[in-house]
Amino acid sequence: MSLPIDPEEIRALLHIIDESEAAEFSLEAEGLKIRIKKASAFNSRVVQLPGTIGFAGAAVQGTTGESEQEQAPGAGEQQQLAENHVTISAPMVGTFYRAPSPDAEPFVEVGDVVEPGQTLCIIEAMKLMNEIESDVRGRMVDILVENAEAVEYGQPLFIIEKL
Amino acid sequence: MFRKVLIANRGEIALRIMRACRELDIETVAIFSEADRESLHVRLADEAYCVGPPASARSYLNIPNIVSAATLADVDAVHPGYGLLAEIPYFAEICESHGIKFIGPSSEAIELMGDKALAKATMQRAGVPVVPGSEGAVKNDRQARQIAADIGYPVMIKASAGGGGKGMRVARSESELVRFISMARAEADASFGSDEVYIEKYLENPRHIEVQVLADEHGHVIHLGERDCSSQRRYQKLIEEAPAPGLAPDLRERIAEAAVRAAEACSYTNAGTVEFLVDADGGFYFSEMNTRIQVEHPVTELVTGIDIVRWQLLIAAGEPLAIQQSDVKMRGHAIECRINAEDPYNDFAPCPGRINFYSPPGGNGVRVDSSAYSGYMVSPFYDAMIAKLIVWDDSREKAIARMKAALYDFVIDGVKTTIPFHQEVLESPEFHKGGIGTDFIARFCADRGFEAQHGGERDGGSGGHRA
Repeated sequence: MSLPIDPEEIRALLHIIDESEAAEFSLEAEGLKIRIKKASAFNSRVVQLPGTIGFAGAAVQGTTGESEQEQAPGAGEQQQLAENHVTISAPMVGTFYRAPSPDAEPFVEVGDVVEPGQTLCIIEAMKLMNEIESDVRGRMVDILVENAEAVEYGQPLFIIEKL
Repeated sequence: MFRKVLIANRGEIALRIMRACRELDIETVAIFSEADRESLHVRLADEAYCVGPPASARSYLNIPNIVSAATLADVDAVHPGYGLLAEIPYFAEICESHGIKFIGPSSEAIELMGDKALAKATMQRAGVPVVPGSEGAVKNDRQARQIAADIGYPVMIKASAGGGGKGMRVARSESELVRFISMARAEADASFGSDEVYIEKYLENPRHIEVQVLADEHGHVIHLGERDCSSQRRYQKLIEEAPAPGLAPDLRERIAEAAVRAAEACSYTNAGTVEFLVDADGGFYFSEMNTRIQVEHPVTELVTGIDIVRWQLLIAAGEPLAIQQSDVKMRGHAIECRINAEDPYNDFAPCPGRINFYSPPGGNGVRVDSSAYSGYMVSPFYDAMIAKLIVWDDSREKAIARMKAALYDFVIDGVKTTIPFHQEVLESPEFHKGGIGTDFIARFCADRGFEAQHGGERDGGSGGHRA
């Protein structure tokens, strides 16, 4: 059998995908089309059958939580975590950037103390840069998103320990 | 053909579009609000983006978030479904300006037909019969009184920027006219952001007959026959059928031709529906044009065998319509019942809540378009529709029998539904006779005392069969 790609190369590709966090990978080239989908990605789309209706409750909790935690536009939204930890979530859909420009220093690093109103990141949506600010004073505990990653509404971005 | 499409909608229509995409090997991107995280349309899409909190205004109508998701997902096209952003010209425009194909007509066509007064004027110029009335918006009360005197009472006051049955009032005398116009203006301003109103002759108990049109981007326009949507309660459709029962073939032909002329008059492309009111004397008048896929499209699909949503994708991708008008034939009869989470015995009050057990009917000639499932939470944030039940058979009589059997089998436990209401309507001799007008449901409800709450003899669940 003659393939446009060496079997060794396929093996190497599978290994790379396996190691990475990508759920799906596809490659198209002259005479060749490869699509790799991880098992976990497929399962996440399986519809729950009767008897496992717990998830429906989660949706309701999410909505009541939301109504209690309305924030001003431009500020990150909060959710309670551990004791004095708060989560800053994305208030819009876009691309997350850690720094004001590609060669600049990131706005914050883990361990930094941040003040209310301090810019933590930029979310770019449709070519517009939106600065996302902290609304608490605290220490940056965790940064949950990679630079240039796509984020959706409500996606957790930062965990801050209130001071 | 498109590689990837974002569906800017939710519920059953999002699923419908997704299925059509999958059949064409198109990757699907879903958007959802936080309340819809567990929705079927989200679970079955290839990718999904949360675009906001539960409230529609901040999620499904959130144009920046939706367009942002579309660009992040690198889609080729967006399908707006029906309602929501489907008829917002700005949304169509902004998709195009981002290099994303909007699956529907141009923003100009949407804008033109969205202005009810302007649409009517356009139709008149195209030789499509219109309901006699004011030419465009009414300038002042004096002009309104004059026009009403000319065309004769009763007259209907309508909001220019309205639609979907909202912002309409009937005046039967001059004193009512003056009073109702100021009320209508205030309501229109609050609901649609414009206090422009127009008036037209009010037809007593007309039939609502609409025609499905399909137009490609190369100037070819065809019609797919008519639908009868006269079963309405407060201007909301409950039961639809195709073809319109008892419509004289010659009248059917003239209405369909008028619909094609209407579509050509606004350089229409993709799928659309032209609505007409037909009075007892066989006069027909343009009412409005819906520049989108409609809820009741399945009845046309079942009698013509033409997949309308698939054609929407093909047309938007630039394919010429492979169907000639002479190819379009209507075979048999189809009926659709909209099953809503409403209590028909309590003035159709919406009943959000969790569906504990959901078991739809099936079998030959039975189609269910729904995104409900056992455990699904019908939320209070969106419309109350749970499912569309559509049946087809060789004749109207057989289709009615099939629909009754299907309703009997349809189990939706946990919320009240309109299934028992549909069962009652289908038993009525007047419905059986066919040719009912838009007054029918209101009279049916009044006669049966549907306004008042019934005593406790109805069961708590809403299975079609009395358990």
